[in-house]
Amino acid sequence: MGLTNEIIKNRLSEKFGGVLTEWGEPYGLLTLTAPKEMNLKVMNFLYDEPDLKFRFLTDLTAVHYPDRKGEELCVVYHLHNMVDNIRIRLKVYAPVDQPDVYTATGLFSSANWMERETYDFFGVNFVGHPNLKRILNVDEMDYFPMRKEFPLEDQSRIDKDDEMFGR
Amino acid sequence: MARPVRFNIKSKDTKDWGINMASAPDGMTGEGFFAAKLSDVVGLARKNSIWPLPFATSCCGIEFMATMGSHYDLSRFGSERVGFSPRQCDLLMVMGTIAKKMGPVVKQVYLQMAEPRWVIAVGACASSGGIFDTYSVLQGIDQVVPVDVYVPGCPPRPEAILDGFMKIQELVGNESIRRRNTDKYKLLLESYGIQ
Repeated sequence: MGLTNEIIKNRLSEKFGGVLTEWGEPYGLLTLTAPKEMNLKVMNFLYDEPDLKFRFLTDLTAVHYPDRKGEELCVVYHLHNMVDNIRIRLKVYAPVDQPDVYTATGLFSSANWMERETYDFFGVNFVGHPNLKRILNVDEMDYFPMRKEFPLEDQSRIDKDDEMFGR
Repeated sequence: MARPVRFNIKSKDTKDWGINMASAPDGMTGEGFFAAKLSDVVGLARKNSIWPLPFATSCCGIEFMATMGSHYDLSRFGSERVGFSPRQCDLLMVMGTIAKKMGPVVKQVYLQMAEPRWVIAVGACASSGGIFDTYSVLQGIDQVVPVDVYVPGCPPRPEAILDGFMKIQELVGNESIRRRNTDKYKLLLESYGIQ
């Protein structure tokens, strides 16, 4: 019998105890939240254990929750076990004033690009990243456009006014 | 039985073909000579041999490809030769969304073109950012290079691109050969940070 969400949950719980929170299985995808200092420990455990083998980082991105005071920025890791074809979603929360999260580049080389992208759009400061600078937006950009305090529209224009464009 | 399609039915006289020949500029004619203004002659030559440089980034570029094709046929206007080197081209045709990161590239291409040079912004995105009113898109290429003609549409049909091209021809043909040396033109370029 292959790996199931229940087995993964039990293995994580016996290793880390109560620090892992917000367990859930939306659409069958096991989701959990770790304290932001623990992200590498949890991912290392998931990577190294011979029965878990989560050795592929599918996606790394962030979400901005302005209403969650003190933990506005959520960094999301999607991990994939290629052997048993099972996925897991790991979240860590960081305050928007000091969004420091440990980098996963030591564990997954693919995290290099995705952490730069996440920094570019959300301003998450990945501590230990070898080259943390903007990757998709112009270098001169002085804000993080996907944070919710910034309106979608380009604010540098003066000729698109309310009357014509609904601003 | 008559063939449904007949060939070679046109008369040998080119006047009956309905082809518009470029008319000669105003001037003095006499026996064996023709005198006209130099700027008229230069304008006539320039406007009927424009080399366009297509800078196509999205769907307007597809419409431009149709414009270049045999049905709409941009070469009727003396632009048979589409150049892909900015050094040899006269007309920069920007077609499509220009992201802010692409802005310096457009400017660099413009700087590499030799004077006299013209710019046409084809489509809503190149003209004003279009529907992409967002942080990553340049809100009109006139923020980085001076633009001569704007073609509206999303995307514009080939007829509209041809109309814009004919407007460019009008500008080219009527331009004084001294325009590029005037202080006004230098001020325009300086406002874009171009020497």
